[in-house]
Amino acid sequence: MAETAKSTDKIRGSVHGLLVHDSAAKHVSGGATYIDDMPEPVGMLHVHIAMSTRAHARIKTMNLDAVRTAPGVVRVLTADDIPGINDASPVMGDDPIFSEGLVEYAGQSIFAVAATSIDQARAAATLADIEYEDLVPLISVDDAMDAGSFVLPDYQMVLGDAAAALKDAPRRLSGRFRVGGQDHFYLEGMIALAIPGEDRDVRVYSSTQHPSEVQHNVAKALDVPEHAVTIELRRMGGGFGGKESQPSLMASIAALVVHHTGRAAKVRLDRDDDMIMTGKRHDFRIDYDVGFDDDGRILGIEYLHAVRCGMSADLSAAIADRAMFHADNCYYLGNATITSHRCKTHTVSNTAFRGFGGPQGMIAMERVIDRIAFELGKDPLEVRKTNFYGGEGRDITPYHMQVEDFVIDELIEELEASSDYAKRRQAVLEFNASNRYLKKGIALTPVKFGISFTTSHLNQAGALVHVYKDGSVYLNHGGTEMGQGLFTKVAQVVAEEFQIDVDRVKITSTTTDKVPNTSATAASSGSDLNGMAAQAAARTIKTRLIEHAASAYNVDEDQIEFLPNRVRIGNQEISFDQLAHEAYMARISLSSTGYYRTPKIHWDAESARGRPFYYFAYGAAVSEVLLDTLTGENRVTRVDILHDAGRSLNPALDYGQIEGGFIQGMGWLTTEELWWDDKGHFRTHAPSTYKIPACSDRPDDFRMKIWDKGRNMENTIYRSKAIGEPPLMLANAVFSALTDAVAAAGDYTVFPELDTPATPERLLLAVDDVKRRASEDVA
Amino acid sequence: MREEIRFLLGHEKRSIESIDPTTTVLRYLRETECLTGTKEGCAEGDCGACTVVIGELSDNGITYRAVNSCIQFVPLLDGKQLITVEHLAEEDGALHGVQSAICEQHASQCGFCTPGFVMSMFAQTENAASPDRAELKDVLAGNLCRCTGYGPILDAGEDAVKSKRSGKFLAAEGAVAKTLAAWSDQETVQINGGDKSYYAPATADDLATLYEAHPEAHIICGLTDVGLWVTKMHRTLPTLIYIGAIPELKSIEIEDGFISIAAGVTLSEAHDVLGAHYPDLEELIRRFASLQIRNVATVCGNIANGSPIGDTPPAFIALDAKLVLRRGSARRTIALEDFFIEYGKQDRTSGEFVERVLVPLPDDTDKFGCYKISKRFDQDISATCGAFRLTLEGDAVADIRICFGGMAGTPQRATQAENTLRGGAWTEATVRAAMDAMTQDYTPLTDMRGSADYRMRAAQNLLFRFFLETSENTEHTRVLETPEVAHG
Repeated sequence: MAETAKSTDKIRGSVHGLLVHDSAAKHVSGGATYIDDMPEPVGMLHVHIAMSTRAHARIKTMNLDAVRTAPGVVRVLTADDIPGINDASPVMGDDPIFSEGLVEYAGQSIFAVAATSIDQARAAATLADIEYEDLVPLISVDDAMDAGSFVLPDYQMVLGDAAAALKDAPRRLSGRFRVGGQDHFYLEGMIALAIPGEDRDVRVYSSTQHPSEVQHNVAKALDVPEHAVTIELRRMGGGFGGKESQPSLMASIAALVVHHTGRAAKVRLDRDDDMIMTGKRHDFRIDYDVGFDDDGRILGIEYLHAVRCGMSADLSAAIADRAMFHADNCYYLGNATITSHRCKTHTVSNTAFRGFGGPQGMIAMERVIDRIAFELGKDPLEVRKTNFYGGEGRDITPYHMQVEDFVIDELIEELEASSDYAKRRQAVLEFNASNRYLKKGIALTPVKFGISFTTSHLNQAGALVHVYKDGSVYLNHGGTEMGQGLFTKVAQVVAEEFQIDVDRVKITSTTTDKVPNTSATAASSGSDLNGMAAQAAARTIKTRLIEHAASAYNVDEDQIEFLPNRVRIGNQEISFDQLAHEAYMARISLSSTGYYRTPKIHWDAESARGRPFYYFAYGAAVSEVLLDTLTGENRVTRVDILHDAGRSLNPALDYGQIEGGFIQGMGWLTTEELWWDDKGHFRTHAPSTYKIPACSDRPDDFRMKIWDKGRNMENTIYRSKAIGEPPLMLANAVFSALTDAVAAAGDYTVFPELDTPATPERLLLAVDDVKRRASEDVA
Repeated sequence: MREEIRFLLGHEKRSIESIDPTTTVLRYLRETECLTGTKEGCAEGDCGACTVVIGELSDNGITYRAVNSCIQFVPLLDGKQLITVEHLAEEDGALHGVQSAICEQHASQCGFCTPGFVMSMFAQTENAASPDRAELKDVLAGNLCRCTGYGPILDAGEDAVKSKRSGKFLAAEGAVAKTLAAWSDQETVQINGGDKSYYAPATADDLATLYEAHPEAHIICGLTDVGLWVTKMHRTLPTLIYIGAIPELKSIEIEDGFISIAAGVTLSEAHDVLGAHYPDLEELIRRFASLQIRNVATVCGNIANGSPIGDTPPAFIALDAKLVLRRGSARRTIALEDFFIEYGKQDRTSGEFVERVLVPLPDDTDKFGCYKISKRFDQDISATCGAFRLTLEGDAVADIRICFGGMAGTPQRATQAENTLRGGAWTEATVRAAMDAMTQDYTPLTDMRGSADYRMRAAQNLLFRFFLETSENTEHTRVLETPEVAHG
């Protein structure tokens, strides 16, 4: 293809511009390669992982003879076949690759079958003769709390003296609220393809947000140094946190097959196996006790989080922590004691999911505010405003971080006006007064989300940039692409630094042999960290180019300027490509790594105090709903969003994150229900039973805007703000609006008992309950 | 008898003489043709990532239908054109209008669902359909996206269907039609492979003879149920008889006061006629499943499989539909409700098949309502589905038929409730008494779609909703039909 003309007035793909996702044309034409689309190596084996059928049991006997001799079977692997450590966990060493006799959830990996076809592998696995001795399974948070079953010690954050404040408060409310979990439902299921190399090396193509951790775990299982294991991926078909810690299991098993057979091996979970075998968003039981005054101002609060972690720790410590970090949301709590129990249950180990505990902590806070407002007969928005951070001495979080960048009051003022909130709230009341069966509800809720990994050492990133002698650029960094557009954004950063069109920057696969020791692409940190690292690499090369040009052309360095696709050196201009070539001829290195670590952050886990977050991202949403009080069926009829993306690196991609996050959050709070039967079998393991939003669930009247005034007061990449997770919590407005509509069914006389997800069933039961209690009140 | 299938892959001819007949089109594409643009998202026809387009000969050239390739078997391609996402771009690489619209609207993120959305929209543009936004939501109800929130996709769809049809598919359509017409030989087809046999008889008589001879065979058409036996339950199906190639079983006729729907008629094909006579059936069928499913699933299959949660039986039983069963040359007609004996057991003898369902035409004096309750409005299986036909004489209930799905082991009438109402006045008081009586009619189960308690309360309230909608009430009773949210 002929080289396209280069821009001379402005580069294509500068930062802050609306650049299309780098893979869009490939997505639409089938040309974007996911791991299952790669040509399969000759002799590649297909691997099926056999799962426990019991939630909690000891394996008394396991006879796999029939499996081994079944047609097409090449190798069967059990815990005995692991040369290294039988663990695929991210932190605690408690996720066996294969069970060693104890099974702790229905779906746990017991053994694996490698065969010449997946059908043969799967069929062979059914021939296993396993005798279980059943043990009592703990399925729910309640089961675990009653039994005192925990995966990790309790944790507490304390600000002031909540008990005393509660005692003295003029008003006090307490209650219990249950927040449901959520399956990621990434469209591409878990997959790993392992290929043998020399010296027992292995290269694993893994659909993972965390290649370095998969590398570490594979090396650990194979008992080889990490240098012998390379993890690579070009893209994932969605991640949402689900591919942060758990791809290690699939990758380790694929690598073990390679180790034992010398043949390439693929582990691809089908949808059901994926949903049964892999973790979900943690569900929570949250007890609260809040004291407040007649204005609704919170004086003190005690929260007790009971978190369903599942059978192992996975990332639960950090997730449960983040729920605590967001138990305040935008509100100064005065005196707060937040206690967290990390419950062990005999269910799949729950894991990261967009928001990472934050949404669960935050929605409980919004629920408390809704209830306070209801108690006082106030508009919940008024109570929200009353409690916002800000003003004399009202800027300390329950973890003793000073909130320095609070903008939500200003942002909400704008949203309140643009959404016509007050007038619409009045219209909702009027509608409800004249309709018996359909009820409306409306709510405006804010989001404040802390940005940084709260495990401080993870806040580092590396990049690798080459400039070739024709001026084209190769870009690699530790971030992974799961659809969010990270690769596009980082390429924009590099294009901006060199002032070259973004199509001169080659976007390449994430691979552990180019940039080592990376952190997960998670915590919304992808562009903050990798953008800065890539910028550093580009600047190193740019500095060398400037030094070279100054010397070669005998001008001062400040006489050199990078213009679009060209460089002004003193009084002359040469193309960027020309400069690259000249630098090469002058033996200047045109390759550099780049590195970044987030400044300012610190955390003392012992005292639960510090500055875990570099900054906060903010946003707010108004949702209006319509509820059928005869059936619980409902619709979100209008959404207004105003979101602070700082100075957005790419508004097109950021709008995608805002809308996608909102709808995903809406699903979490409405139709997405995880359901276990009484034996602990997970029964909603396919889209026929697990209902994520479909396109008609998106309200037609959907208005969103990136906040014009948004900027990051910290020195982030081009003053942008992280965008991956915060918008999910904008959907809290949907739940509050549904609560409002249910309350209308009882003429606003009793506060609805409603947990999440607010399925039609929960809503109808809540409506009937509200009506019953309202009539009892009257009686 | 022809022992070969022939189809077009894009614009290239393919013929296959031997293949395991339960090989899915998706696996064939990915593993045999190495066309990996079509993705597996769920292998059960629910997510749409595997959507491909089937071109079929019709009166006006070629008609294009989006289908889920994950649950279609390869022999069903016989005589058709199979189009995948790889086929859309022009020879010079120029993207199809649907593809460029998706790029321009930033409507792909992770991209894994994107080929499916492209193909669902492509079927619309190539049919020269111009769905509005509300209709687009129905077109795309069977395509799940976890990243975008759908807004940009709908915007892209609106853009794409605006432009006039052009490109290589239009240019080649005449030639395609000619090829497919030449292949249309009315021969019974047999394909063997992997110890399995597949038959596609060309006439109903051949079907009757074949099935009588092979009563162990599974009759298939849309594969939206049986396909999952293979992809989900990993069952082996040794003998398959496909009825979708039988012209006489594709007929919908109005005769003797009935809408007579033959066994091979899909929900898409029956949608208009049923909706025209019974407006509530328009919504029921739209919400029955996604377009990809409706394009292949048959009305009679939804009955013949005996499911207690099929959506058409409650409505048809409330309407007192009849079922025509055939074995060899013998036919018998029974009341549809008598077909369902108990869970997993129907009134169908060995070698006997459902040939037609006869749905009575509406009587001007009758009132009919039916409602589906599910967690999600589109592409979901009912927690319960209720249907009501009321005959009033003055203010009195001359007759009422109430039938629910999801409340018992079969679609079942609410006999006690009906008895409570029959002969009495049609008032809130009598209706509330009948709602109480429903607790004697049903003992529903608790499962992932709803608790027994919810099913009962919702079912009772659906009777109440039917009362509201057939009495003086003027308030809105359905969220979907309230003006702010009405969607197509």
